Amino acid sequence: MSRLDIKAPSKADEVVDQLYRSMEQRIAASPPGLCPVDMALNFVNLCRAQTCGKCVPCRIGLTQLDNMLREVLDGDPAPHILHRIEETAQTIVDTADCAIGINAGQLVLQGLAGFRDDYEEHIRHHRCLCTVKIPVPCVALCPAGVDIPGYVALVHDGRCADAVRLIRKDNPFPSACAYICEHPCEARCRRHMVDDAVNIRALKRYAVDNAGNVPQPACAPATGKKVAVIGGGPGGLSAAYYLSLMGHKVTVYEKRKALGGMLRYGIPDYRLPRHILDQEIQSILSLGIEVKTEVDVGTDIWLERMMEEYDSIYLSIGAHTDKKTGIEGENSRGVMSAVEMLRSIGDGNMPDFTGKQVVVIGGGNVAMDVTRSSLRLGAAKVTCVYRRRKEDMTALPEEIEGAEAEGAELLTLQAPLRIECNETGTAVALWTQPQIMGEMDNRGRPRPGAAAVEARRIPADVIVVAIGQGVETSRLEYAGVVVKRGGTLLAGSDTKLPEMEGVFAGGDCVTGPATVIRAIAAGKAAAANIDEYLGYHHEITADVTVPAPHFSDLRPRGRVNSTQRDPRERTGDFKCIECGLTCEEATQEASRCLRCDHFGYGIFKGGREETW
Amino acid sequence: MVNAVINGSPISIKEGSTILEAAQAAGFPIPHLCYLKDINEIAACRMCVVEVDGIDRLVPACNTELLEGMHITTNSPRVRTARRTNLRLILSQHDSSCTTCIRSGNCQLQKLAHDLNIHYQPYTVKPEKSIVDLSSPLIREAGKCIKCMRCVQICDKVQDMHIWDVLGTGSRATVGTVTGDGRIGTTNCTFCGQCVTHCPTGALTARDDTQAVFHALADPDVVTVVQVAPAVRSAWAEQLGIDPALATTGRMVAAIRRVGFDYIFDTNFAADLTIMEESSEFLERFTHREEYRWPMFTSCCPGWVRFLKSEFPELTPNLSTAKSPQQMFGAVAKSYFAEKIGVDPHKIFVVSVMPCISKKAECALPTMKDACGDPDVDVVLTTRELIRILSSECILPNELPEENFDSPLGSGTGAAVIFGTSGGVMDAALRSAYHLVTGENPNPDAFSEIRRGKPWREGSFAVPGAGTVRVAVVSGLSNTRQLLEIMQRGEAEYDFVEVMACPGGCAGGGGQPIHEGQEMAEARGNHLWALDAASKVRFSHENTDIQALYKEYLGAPLSERPHHLLHTDHSAWDVPSRQK
Repeated sequence: MSRLDIKAPSKADEVVDQLYRSMEQRIAASPPGLCPVDMALNFVNLCRAQTCGKCVPCRIGLTQLDNMLREVLDGDPAPHILHRIEETAQTIVDTADCAIGINAGQLVLQGLAGFRDDYEEHIRHHRCLCTVKIPVPCVALCPAGVDIPGYVALVHDGRCADAVRLIRKDNPFPSACAYICEHPCEARCRRHMVDDAVNIRALKRYAVDNAGNVPQPACAPATGKKVAVIGGGPGGLSAAYYLSLMGHKVTVYEKRKALGGMLRYGIPDYRLPRHILDQEIQSILSLGIEVKTEVDVGTDIWLERMMEEYDSIYLSIGAHTDKKTGIEGENSRGVMSAVEMLRSIGDGNMPDFTGKQVVVIGGGNVAMDVTRSSLRLGAAKVTCVYRRRKEDMTALPEEIEGAEAEGAELLTLQAPLRIECNETGTAVALWTQPQIMGEMDNRGRPRPGAAAVEARRIPADVIVVAIGQGVETSRLEYAGVVVKRGGTLLAGSDTKLPEMEGVFAGGDCVTGPATVIRAIAAGKAAAANIDEYLGYHHEITADVTVPAPHFSDLRPRGRVNSTQRDPRERTGDFKCIECGLTCEEATQEASRCLRCDHFGYGIFKGGREETW
Repeated sequence: MVNAVINGSPISIKEGSTILEAAQAAGFPIPHLCYLKDINEIAACRMCVVEVDGIDRLVPACNTELLEGMHITTNSPRVRTARRTNLRLILSQHDSSCTTCIRSGNCQLQKLAHDLNIHYQPYTVKPEKSIVDLSSPLIREAGKCIKCMRCVQICDKVQDMHIWDVLGTGSRATVGTVTGDGRIGTTNCTFCGQCVTHCPTGALTARDDTQAVFHALADPDVVTVVQVAPAVRSAWAEQLGIDPALATTGRMVAAIRRVGFDYIFDTNFAADLTIMEESSEFLERFTHREEYRWPMFTSCCPGWVRFLKSEFPELTPNLSTAKSPQQMFGAVAKSYFAEKIGVDPHKIFVVSVMPCISKKAECALPTMKDACGDPDVDVVLTTRELIRILSSECILPNELPEENFDSPLGSGTGAAVIFGTSGGVMDAALRSAYHLVTGENPNPDAFSEIRRGKPWREGSFAVPGAGTVRVAVVSGLSNTRQLLEIMQRGEAEYDFVEVMACPGGCAGGGGQPIHEGQEMAEARGNHLWALDAASKVRFSHENTDIQALYKEYLGAPLSERPHHLLHTDHSAWDVPSRQK
């Protein structure tokens, strides 16, 4: 026997490792709507297999939890079973010797607190009310419920114009979303179980790039009803679009010079080319929507008066005010907010950063937008300062990677302390306090705290603050709109304002800064609810037949990713950085779709909603 | 046309056909279980899998389109193993106590297990636990459910009631009710029974009430009276192995008499009575338009009445107040007839044989006790229960002579026998209403345009002296909902509407014999129309026993006694969702 051996994994270890990876992917692709009690049982089972078997609470306690959860699910539980489950799980948490048991107990306790109603339904009525409402994961996770398998199949068959028509049924911004949607649809794509999610957004981009000019459908006969939409961003224009299709007369009021909201005044050209946005807005307006730009509701016209003039009103004013850091020197010359900077770019006034050192404060997508825009505006150096770690940044990983590739510097774990200015009041540096990671907050994000090291000075000619946006509520509040504590408008999931008959609201002004597709979804919901409020039930449909599915190719295959222009070349201009797929790539990628609208539960229920 | 090769034989079939249809046409039937054409093509049971050249995995034939150039093998070692394995998996969760199952001998699962030669079960058998609730006439035994989802689809697509749904997720997913407390009786189920007649196994059945009947038959102090609904005579012999030519009403009567009932009567008699009341009521409303809500709805189908009360409660006053024939019969049997034979009505036990499950709920309504305070009808048997009684009593109908119904509640006209099919009630009512107004009989076939065709038909008929009557006839509750919605939107206007909950009317009722993959309503309906055409008397008002009943006992239609015995207050009871 040798005195020491080199650790080498056995064949079984290697296979189990592979299985772990498959299981991780499977969990990632978990369909929405599963019975949480059943999931809890199966998590407990996994924990049981992981226990080493030394200590009583973990070895036996987890087995008994498994038995009790089964009793609940089988519909024949002993009396007071919930109390016993809770007591047992708490004992495991309190007495297990290591994390394997402690964490397993916590998992059950968390479930008991989070979905006690489900437990009780099982116990009382021997049934589970969980049901898969939208069985197609991508459609379920798209806020607007776009028929993704439908348009992917159309792209596969080369029917790009039909794909655009089908998308417009649920989302009037196929082009904008093709370029910049955060694609929540891909998160639980079932193809994950085979290899990787389908590159849905790239397929949409292929569709819009190759569809040519697709005329809009005809509007329903005029109803004579008038609706005002306040705020011409993606949400407001979506509501205007569907309301016009339904035959209502819509007027959009926009405070800025041009329509588009954050699509124009937040998202830089290199992500969404201006001419694409303009074309899309023109196409929407072709339905006969009236537009009044540079009209500020609350200043130029009163909401109260509009309520008399219009049959219904949709508030979609977005979140366009900037949040302040509150640090010393924030009002110095050379300090600006991201909102200001991007707004000015949106109106075509490009700030000149040639040769300047730019410091950006923040770690979200907007911080990346200003970082990358600054590089394009000629900055000599751009530093993005963030108080947590890179992995805690809320920006999309590809945005962070893109910024770094283009030469931006990320300075993490630095909390802004103060802004140093010279005698003329111009900022010259940002002082930061280095941070150390602390405990998790209740959302699972670690809290940073001051580290025991000295403050750091970062020289800067320009400082851009990108730490979030707020909603301009004061004038609406005056008119009677209820504002929540977080500074957003109070509206239900049906977009109705509780206190004001006929007034609806949605998008960033209700949720706080969120994504374009969520604003579009809110506009769509508002259109449906306003139509009902006006006494109609117009149905929106697309006259497109989705190709029947053929046989899914289940052999694992790599996902086709979009490519980007060379970082050195692209920082010299504001042109689109992402390259579209080729026909070959798009066809192959579309063929990876598993057609969950047909295979699985989709053929039975919820596979395709043809009208709404 | 699409060209393909199935099991080596070239085939050419119209585009859009499934592999299942193509193979069937080519003479290669493919076993299937969950499939129900146009209603359930979800490929859940995986019995119909076949091999397609060039495709890695096996392909379900029921919902895969046949494509040009496909080479298909319907039986291969791989297919055989897959089918047998999947069938054994289904059976491992199925309560296979076939000997005591109502569907034994008429069960798709049993047939498939037999056909595929499954005589060994390697898997542990653990069916889902059944909690059987006998308080409602519609029974679900979870242990026999194979989750084919046909019931969910029928309830959604054909009846638009959404009572059944998938409950739970994962391997515990099952079928159940989302509304109510989990028992079917606490939902707004209409008890139409279409889920029962489309269930491939014994998971969904009608409550068996035959023992209560045998109990009454055995009691010497009880006078047993049975009435047989019109649609029963069109279906009673279907599964008794009788030559259709011998399956006459007379032979049915003879068979029922052998069971031992004291009196065998015909619901047709009560249907004629219903027409007397309902057409009089219609004319009263029609000539006093402004005092009533329009249109008037027929009220003989209890599934429809439940539907209206739960889905469109605001239209309840539009229902005719006339009771259904079954309930009119019960009320007359325990009053007029009891008096006539000098028997205490509490000693009379009225049994109905109906093509219907909902009738079991109707006779138990608190409002259906008008003759002597007891329920006017004691027990309702479905056509299937009648067949089971005949079988268990070893009665061989084809050996029997034809016999007549007893008198006086045993006579019925041609107008009555068509109550068993969609359009029949309207046709019969119009015949008598015409006579009531004009004093003359119309041509009995004057209203034939509302008899057949689409499930939703309309017509308008001039009645001299009264005006033009606009009528509609609809069957199936999804169609019904559409009609009512269109009416409410003001896009259609009628004076009189006949509704039957089951597609095709009672002929296709939820209590009728079950034939896998076949809809029998049309053929049975045609049988009833033929009986009408062959009748000597085709007008309810010409039924002499009915005339005698009015003369001797009731007085005039809509007068006080008929009001008490033959009419009802539909608002005096609530459907579950509206109960406090």
